[in-house]
Amino acid sequence: MKTLTFAKRNMKEILRDPINLGFGIGFPLILLALLSTLQKNIPTSLFEIDKLTPGITIFGLSFITLFSATLIAKDRESAFLQRLYTTPFKSVDFIMGYMIPLLPVAISQTIICYLFATILGLTVSINVIYAIIGIIPMAIFNIALGLLCGSIFGVKQVGGICGALLTNLSAWLSGVWFDLTLVGGFFEKIANFLPFVHAVELEKALFSGDFELAKTHILPIVVYSIFVTGLAVFCFLRQMKKQ
Amino acid sequence: MTKIKTIELVKQYKNLTAVDKLNLEISGGELFSLLGVNGAGKTTTIKMLTCLTKPTSGDALIAGYSVTKNPEQVKRLIGVSPQETAVAPNLTVKENLEFICNIYGFSKDKTTRKINELSNKFSLSEIMQRKAGKLSGGYKRRVSIAMALISEPEILFLDEPTLGLDVIARHELWDIISSLKGKTTIILTTHYMEEAESLSDRIGIMKNGSLLAVGTAEELKQLAKTDDFEKAFVSIVKGDVK
Repeated sequence: MKTLTFAKRNMKEILRDPINLGFGIGFPLILLALLSTLQKNIPTSLFEIDKLTPGITIFGLSFITLFSATLIAKDRESAFLQRLYTTPFKSVDFIMGYMIPLLPVAISQTIICYLFATILGLTVSINVIYAIIGIIPMAIFNIALGLLCGSIFGVKQVGGICGALLTNLSAWLSGVWFDLTLVGGFFEKIANFLPFVHAVELEKALFSGDFELAKTHILPIVVYSIFVTGLAVFCFLRQMKKQ
Repeated sequence: MTKIKTIELVKQYKNLTAVDKLNLEISGGELFSLLGVNGAGKTTTIKMLTCLTKPTSGDALIAGYSVTKNPEQVKRLIGVSPQETAVAPNLTVKENLEFICNIYGFSKDKTTRKINELSNKFSLSEIMQRKAGKLSGGYKRRVSIAMALISEPEILFLDEPTLGLDVIARHELWDIISSLKGKTTIILTTHYMEEAESLSDRIGIMKNGSLLAVGTAEELKQLAKTDDFEKAFVSIVKGDVK
């Protein structure tokens, strides 16, 4: 019950912030519109909507990390968390209360992206549903990463690290904008070591109905999600003790 | 009846002793102020008494419950208004108060009753539907204290409640704090001499983690042989009074 009370508050905090909504929902849609317009005016197939949309939904999740980290960092700096630490809240109420509300936000963001892409000519099939469900492991990774960053960094640092660094990392190392094999070498190895490219490939595979290919990409995402969630819980509890 | 008792309470951070063998007793219904310069150990003392930080050694009993052994029971008895405003900025004032009621599992009827009661006491009715983050500093403090009081705590901790407020807002908040005297045990930390003198039943003066003197404002002035409370404070902190 306490977890849900806290989750409800966190959901309101996120959804009532116009900057959150602008970036989280608006920016991926603007990218979809711009790049699909660009595709119409170039002879090669660089940004075909069926291949672009799964990638943009993964890119959009980096904003979920930003929301999560900013909320926690603000709660720490304003002493709101300190107040709650003196109430009968337990550690699990805090951790789940921060993580639970962001999952529906991430799924809603993905649904909106696919709906908007439909207007732009996306091929609609049952696979869209699988692709939306398939976002969940990566969404958990991004939410946990937010919890981790919010537990370690202040509001300004979170803006730089999650707002600039992470969004760029997830953009360049995910293969959304270009084929990573074209760059190859160390860059490709690093990209394959991180979860972003696997998340994009998983989405693309689910969207195209290639479930065998999807299976090969899900494991690294799940491993990263579990590892980052564990680390985030550890760091959150550590900062809680430091109070 | 003793509500708070500290026994040789110590907080050590590496080479720094933030609180050094603090022995203190505060009675039920009393308004006790902790006064001291920056780094005196006031906030660390409050943090230990509110279970935010564990003592390095010693203990504190809150209504008989140990902060080290029974923190869950202690948390059910206390309300805290931290130094910062500590409100949920995108929630309305009403939602902030409801949020705290929900944490303590209040029924809908009790929540409504408590919100109406505090709205009247703190003159919040006009701002109930406004987002807490958009309020003036004075109103944010009122909301913060109302949030600390809504769970009907036996003991209320106010950490520098009037810090940064203009003189009118400060006096308005003093009136509110005065109205709570006798019903709730209040521990207040402050830098303001006038605040401590006018509000407190007793005052404890801290320096470098130690309690230098405890007494009513009059007793402390007599101790320092002066009619001016600020001068008495300076004399005690400088060590001119033995």
